[in-house]
Amino acid sequence: MLRHATTMVWMFLMLATIATTWWLSKDGFAPQVGTVAIFAIAALKVRLVLLHFMELRSAPLPWRLVFEAWVLLATAAIVGIYLSTPPVTAA
Amino acid sequence: MMAAVRGGNDAARRLPGVEGVWVFVAADMVFFALLFVSFMLGRQDAAAVFEASRQTLDVNFGGINTLILLTSSWCVVLAVEAVKRNALDRVPQFIAGAFVLGVAFMVSKALEYGAKIKAGITMLSNDFYMYYFTLTGIHLLHVFAGNILLIVLWNKARARQFSKDHCVVLECGATYWHMVDLLWILLFPLLYLLR
Repeated sequence: MLRHATTMVWMFLMLATIATTWWLSKDGFAPQVGTVAIFAIAALKVRLVLLHFMELRSAPLPWRLVFEAWVLLATAAIVGIYLSTPPVTAA
Repeated sequence: MMAAVRGGNDAARRLPGVEGVWVFVAADMVFFALLFVSFMLGRQDAAAVFEASRQTLDVNFGGINTLILLTSSWCVVLAVEAVKRNALDRVPQFIAGAFVLGVAFMVSKALEYGAKIKAGITMLSNDFYMYYFTLTGIHLLHVFAGNILLIVLWNKARARQFSKDHCVVLECGATYWHMVDLLWILLFPLLYLLR
């Protein structure tokens, strides 16, 4: 059972990586849409690794919250600075 | 009543490994987060240069390396789970799988660095490449350390030193290795995909 659950998480992480690397990063998406979506997915992936691979899901709550806060703050900082930077016009 | 409920809940909850490793992991993650912010602020000052340089990176290397590290991490999860269900024969196999993938990451990174250097690109080319080599270089050192750790864990697993009630060392190593994985999950889009 336990083994099955983490295997599902691994499969999801692989599919999410393939989607971001070889699909969302393409020119078919507006840069801002693609980039924000890519970071939302990256944050979700990090959270899944923390909760399922690192077992924070069953850890004392304060520990879990510290690491979940890291994901939120790190992603918010990256996306925040990104959105406040004027877009690069295509050369 | 809340306190009682929370107390009862906390007793069942457990942090894998030892707290010290988690403190180290948290500190390392804060260090990387500061590097991420520093990169973004650098990009804010020279967005056009950063974007032009980013386009010279090979997304395939970055993506495949992400798949490699995720799978290596998963192998370590399987090793820990194998110990807990007392399938001790399987443990060295899973750790060996994680190690082989860890080495594959380093080989792929070496090829990528080689191609850049051959094209005349170094840390000194511009700010983007300075961040690119520094961030991936520091991360690569973490991968290298993790691979050494995996050899140690593999030896211990082969000597049957882990059991259901005695796997703190394995859990500590696993926690570190997953951190190396999750840092790359953010580092990869930051350098290769953010446009």
